[in-house]
This record gives sequence, structure tokens and C-alpha cells, in this order.
Amino acid sequence: MRLVVASGKGGTGKTLVATHLAGLAAGRGIEAVYADADVEAPNGHLFLAPAVEREERHALPLPVLPAGRCAACGACQDFCPYHAILVLPGAPDAPDAPGSVLVFPELCHNCGGCVRVCPSAALSEAPHEDGTLREGRAGPLRFLEGRLDVGEPRAAPLIRDLLRRIPADVFAVVDAPPGASCATTAALSGADRALLVTEPTPFGLHDLRAALRLCRAVEVPAAVVLNRADLGDDRPLRAFLDAERVPVLAAWRYDPDVAAAVARGELAARRVPWLREAAERLLDACLAPAEVDRP
Amino acid sequence: MKQVVVASGKGGTGKTSLTAAFAELAGRPVVLVDADVDAANLALLFPGPDEPAREFEAGRLARIDAARCTLCKRCLEACRFDALRLVERRLAVREIACEGCGVCAVVCPEDAVSFEPQRAGEWTVRETRFGPLVHAELAPGAGNSGKLVARLRETARGLAERLGARWLLIDGPPGIGCPVHASVTGADLLVAVTEPTPSALHDLGRLLELAERFRLPAAVVLNKADLDPAGTALVTAAAAARGAELLGRIPFDPAVPRHLAAGRGLLVVPGVREAVTDCWDAVVRRLEAPAARPEERNDAAV
Repeated sequence: MRLVVASGKGGTGKTLVATHLAGLAAGRGIEAVYADADVEAPNGHLFLAPAVEREERHALPLPVLPAGRCAACGACQDFCPYHAILVLPGAPDAPDAPGSVLVFPELCHNCGGCVRVCPSAALSEAPHEDGTLREGRAGPLRFLEGRLDVGEPRAAPLIRDLLRRIPADVFAVVDAPPGASCATTAALSGADRALLVTEPTPFGLHDLRAALRLCRAVEVPAAVVLNRADLGDDRPLRAFLDAERVPVLAAWRYDPDVAAAVARGELAARRVPWLREAAERLLDACLAPAEVDRP
Repeated sequence: MKQVVVASGKGGTGKTSLTAAFAELAGRPVVLVDADVDAANLALLFPGPDEPAREFEAGRLARIDAARCTLCKRCLEACRFDALRLVERRLAVREIACEGCGVCAVVCPEDAVSFEPQRAGEWTVRETRFGPLVHAELAPGAGNSGKLVARLRETARGLAERLGARWLLIDGPPGIGCPVHASVTGADLLVAVTEPTPSALHDLGRLLELAERFRLPAAVVLNKADLDPAGTALVTAAAAARGAELLGRIPFDPAVPRHLAAGRGLLVVPGVREAVTDCWDAVVRRLEAPAARPEERNDAAV
């Protein structure tokens, strides 16, 4: 079972929900994994304090040109739809170095097409490091995290590789990036269910619509957790969810004690009894084959 | 004209409400950009008529002609984006995964692959009481958010020049990836909004590191400052470590979400109003002071 905790709007409480569900499941003796796929801003480790057992650099294949064989024919440049390759013709009087290729890593999508179309087999691929994958344990809970290097533009490839490390037959909780772009799509891949965390503000509602559209596009059933449910006006949100037949699995109120625990980097349920009970009930609902949004 | 981008690393720290308050304080005419194109909320605070929406096409999608396809599956093996699926003895393109690279067409022996332009979203300009707001909606799961942000900023620059606006304010996306790069490139100042939590502080550090790499001057606003009294010291230290000035502290007020829900901004909340005004004054002082040192700017196209 793979549950992806997403939100549309940032800061609604994805990590709060995801760390609690994963932690409580592991506490029940369930083989559980928490995977932090918010690779631009991974924060789950701050609350779970895992003992990291393995750390590995992640790399993408990037085209490189060993010196000397390029005929500067331009086939790679013509192929590349991302304008990531520039062919520099060599000087006519230097037959040993007839041409070279300039690769712009920040534009390359690593599709491998340029290498395929090179007629002289001059181009090849070499690893370009873009992030770190970390694995460890927080008590009985298995911890996985992707962390994009600062300056790298694309989160999706790192997220895809992170998710490949989730073992089969476990209860996996994936902490997704905010928004509804390609990074969130990557995090939703392979999900059995999405849990969308939102808040009763016009911002929360607007971005929830986008997140729900995305879930439907990738055919992942979605349910909602309403966080800080008493701050703002939840009527427009409830009306929308009713009309869209999206179930609300939990509504958590704003509690300064929860905010204070988050500010200390603690799992709030350890200090706040009502939250612990509410999170246990939410976990029951997530584990049960409940009615969920079937697109 | 000065370009100020409000960003945060972590989401939900108050970028949009701060940008809106800055717009009000900057006064007419200001040009606004909502660069958080997959969760665009600034327009919700600024009612007004939109110009007709313009399609944003970026990239292309593969199509497979079933009449020509012999199901050799070479494309399936070559595609690195998991964008092809064999469904009921037909090869289908998963549009949400296809990046339009064209590798499938290169390996197809039957010439069965063609392309069509990809609709990546739409954008428009809204007339607000403070000036034009350029905003967009990215198509679900689309991967061209950086290009869309670049389009919005280009449009906004044109509008600002035409109107003689002194300020171009950009409501940035969370994170540190491609749309953030597109939002901050060539700006005059990055205002990083944070809050006194370990998560926000952690993400602030990464954002300020990005600013340093882009050689972009950065400053910090601490929002919800009284959530944790010790947080102020930590944020000040984190900002100082990266050479960023702390512009000000905004107190936490649980009434803020209700005011936002009612379409009112931060400036109606006593205590918050004064703090936000101080932050904006600090931005103005910083950018309108005679340039002591010409900042090296990274104007590379995205």
C-alpha cells in the first residue's frame, strides 16, 4: 500500500500528517516506510530524527564528448528539443579536432536522444550528480529521503529514483512536494491513494482543486485531511468536496500546542493526546479499503 | 524599475499575503507577477477583470499511429520517462509523462510517431486597483513551469516600462528548483519569508544558498515571529551566515487566516500592519539608496 501525502498549497501540514501516519503505523508493528519526496525542501528528518545508515549520491546521465571524434555534423543539436546542445564547428585547418559540443546541463532532460542520433558514436553519457538519497531508521520505521542539490533545476528524476527504493509489500507514506507540477506528478506515480492536506482558506481551496485535477489525471483516488479546520471558513471547501464526492478523512483543529511542538521539531502526537487519537483514527481510515474518490 | 521577488523555500510561510501587502504599500502603479504557477493564489486577493486567457504552449507530445505501429516496442524500451504503455494491444502515450523528447520517433522503424504541440497552461493579465497582475495556471502535472514563469516576467517587464512603474513584485514559488530559478533570475532583491520552525529554517538555508549562487542580493522577513521566541535568534544567525539582512519580524495572529478568507489582506490586522510596513520601508531603503556597489547580476535566459 502506497499512500502519497500531497496538498497543492504549501505549508498546510503534509509533513505533520505523513510523519504521524508512518510513525504510528510502525508503532503498531506494521512494516512501514516514510519516504520524503519533497526533495527541494525535505523536512521529515527534522521530526523523525532517523539514524541514517546509507547515503548515496544520485546522478543523471549527461551527454559528454570525448575529444577528437566529433565531426561537428550537428545531428545532436538538431535533435535536442530542449536546446541543451550547441555544436561548435572546428577550425578547417585543425583536422585533429574538427568540432566540439557544448552541453547545458540545466536544460538537458536526459532523454538520451543525442547519443542515439550521433552518427560517429562520438557522444556518450557520463553521470551528472544532482542530489543525495538517504536511507535509515527511526525506531521501527524505515526512512528514505531524496535531497536535491542547491542549484539543480529538476526534482522529478530524483523523486522517481527515490520511489524505486520503496520495497514492495510495505505500508509506504510518501511526503510529496507542494504544487501540481511535474515534481508532484512524479511523487504520485505508483500511488494507491493520495491524501490531500488542505486548510479552509481561499488559497487552500484553490490549490486543492489543482491537486485534485492532477490526481484524476494520473488516476489516483484521493481523500482529504482538513488541517487547522477552525481557522478560516470551511464552508466553501466542504461544498466543493461534497460536489466532487471527495471524502474528508479527518479535520484537525488549530492548537497552539501542536504549533509549538512543530516549532520544536517534535512529533506533536507525543505531546498532544487529542492529536494522537485523531492520527490513529486517520491511520485506520487509510488502512481500511474505504470509499475514496474514484475518478 | 526594481524587481523584488518574494520566495520562501518552505511553502505556507506567507509569501502571497506579504506580496499583496507590499503591493498596497508600494502604491500605484505597481506590476505584480504570480510566479507560483501551479498553485497561483495572488489573484484571489485582488479581484478585478482578467484579459482573455492566452494559451501557453510549450514542448510537444508524441502520438503513435496505430495503423503503422507493429508493436515492436522499441519505443517502450527507449523511453526514459515511462511515457508509453501497452494497453489492449496498442501502444498509448501517457500525456502526463511524455516530455516530447522524440527518442521514440528516432527508434521507430515504421515511422509511426508524430508530434503535436503541448498545452502547458494559460496565462492572463488582471487589472487590479494597484496595477496589472500577470498570472497563470499551469496544466495539471505540466513540466514547463520555468518557461511559463519566464513568459510572465517578460510580459510584466513590458507593462512596467509602459506604465513607468517603480516596482515589479514577484510572488515566487516554494522550493529551490526550476520555477524558482526562473523567478529569481535577474531580480534586484530576493525577500525570503520564513517562520521560526526547524522546517522553515532548514529550507531558508537552501534558498539563501541558491541566492548566493545566482549572485542575487537577499533579505529575510521572519513571519509568525512570536510562535517561538528562540526562533528569532536562529533566523537572524541563519540570515547573517549567508549575508542576508533581516528586514523585520511579523507577529503571529490567528485572525490572519480569517481575514484572508474574507479577502482582506495583512494590513487590516493591528500589529501586523506596522511590522509589514517596516519590512517594506526596509526594502525601499535598500533598493532606492544610491548604489554603493553594483551587484553582479545573472541575466541568463531560462
